Amino acid sequence: MPFDPDKSYRLHDRVALRPEPFGALAYHYGNRSLNFLRAPELVALVRSLGDHDSVRSALSASEIDERRWPSFEKALASLARSEVLVAA
Amino acid sequence: MTMTPSKPNSLGDEMKSGLDAPICLTWELTYACNLQCVHCLSSSGRRNPAELTTEECEAVIDELQRMQVFYVNIGGGEPTIRPDFWHLVDYAVAHDVGVKFSTNGSRIDADVARRLAGSEYVDVQISIDGADAATNDHVRGEGSFATAIEAMEHLRAADFGEFKISVVMTRHNLSQIDEFKALADRFGAQLRLTRFRPAGRGADSWHELHPTNEQQVELHRWLIDHPGVLTGDSFFHLSALGESLPGLNLCGAGRVVCLIDPLGEVYACPFVLHDEFKAGSVRDEGGFRKIWLESDLFTGLREPQSAGACASCGEFDACQGGCMAAKFFTGIPLDGPDPECVIGYGADLVAAAQGNALPSVSKDHSRTRVTLGTKPGG
Repeated sequence: MPFDPDKSYRLHDRVALRPEPFGALAYHYGNRSLNFLRAPELVALVRSLGDHDSVRSALSASEIDERRWPSFEKALASLARSEVLVAA
Repeated sequence: MTMTPSKPNSLGDEMKSGLDAPICLTWELTYACNLQCVHCLSSSGRRNPAELTTEECEAVIDELQRMQVFYVNIGGGEPTIRPDFWHLVDYAVAHDVGVKFSTNGSRIDADVARRLAGSEYVDVQISIDGADAATNDHVRGEGSFATAIEAMEHLRAADFGEFKISVVMTRHNLSQIDEFKALADRFGAQLRLTRFRPAGRGADSWHELHPTNEQQVELHRWLIDHPGVLTGDSFFHLSALGESLPGLNLCGAGRVVCLIDPLGEVYACPFVLHDEFKAGSVRDEGGFRKIWLESDLFTGLREPQSAGACASCGEFDACQGGCMAAKFFTGIPLDGPDPECVIGYGADLVAAAQGNALPSVSKDHSRTRVTLGTKPGG
């Protein structure tokens, strides 16, 4: 299923986020994949997704400048492909 | 790996300055081993009476859980020899620390294989160093090939799924690389190839067993053609041949990896069990966390490293001067070229250092003197 920013997503139950100086590491215990979240704002956004009914509303609630939204949506789409994020 | 969003610093730069905890930690649980491979990095054989107790191992796992170390690579020696091995595996998994363990297969019978197949947080890696018994047993000992194959058959029969077959690349087995791949495919396993390092007992046979430069060129091509084959970032020195191999292509010592030995001593590099690379012990006050975050050795390794003698070489950005362990045990300065430098800068230095007193592992647990016999089939 393609990533849709109008839909709601959340962190996979078996993914752990570990804070790092550059952002965070996301480890998926299910498929043993390691992903890098390379911006602190991205980490905060990912953590907030579960509280919103869409990715767009999570972005609106964040402090991320609107001009940068496309790059964050791209990052989230990539995390969804790796099953770090799942449709809520 | 997903790298998002893109930033001016490469991921490699961020790795070089170190992480808050290792990505992947090697933990050797015992020096005891039923085999005595000629290239054993840790010169294993006899158990050391001062090895960590079950309670101490549990405390290490608790600490790894707090630091969010997601998984450990357990080895030895032969880790399954420890009477509490299965307990510790279960304990780790129950504390969010996944386990991949390396074994020669001698304890993987039908029951163990079924049990392993039941846990998705445990991964198994079986070591062989030849695609046939003659080549393998020459390095690992009589009967060890048959034992490993039997273990693989048990894992397949139990429907374990994709286990790993780990091979150290030598002058004698590099020509069998396609056979190793076929063997892995036959078992539905993933092939993992790693570098022969002149560490431990490996120092004695390195001159005879490390691949020739022609073989290194062949291996580089082969790895590029087979991106699904795992290497643990082992061959980054080959990137000087022009095309980078998949992976971070840097020395991860103290930055993303380290090693805990059976006594709880913490080394920056999984391949250098020498006092010079030892930063402390998990038994010290502050434990593993303090060593990782604060020890002079580890923080020093995260500082920008000098290119030294390699500064004028155009390939330095690709190979980063190669492997610290390989340099250390062949008597080459750590800012010098890799002994197996593909451009050829290492060979003379290796020759010049021969005859000098070279460093060796600080603790030798060999049961008997181990030597490489005559070449298989020749």
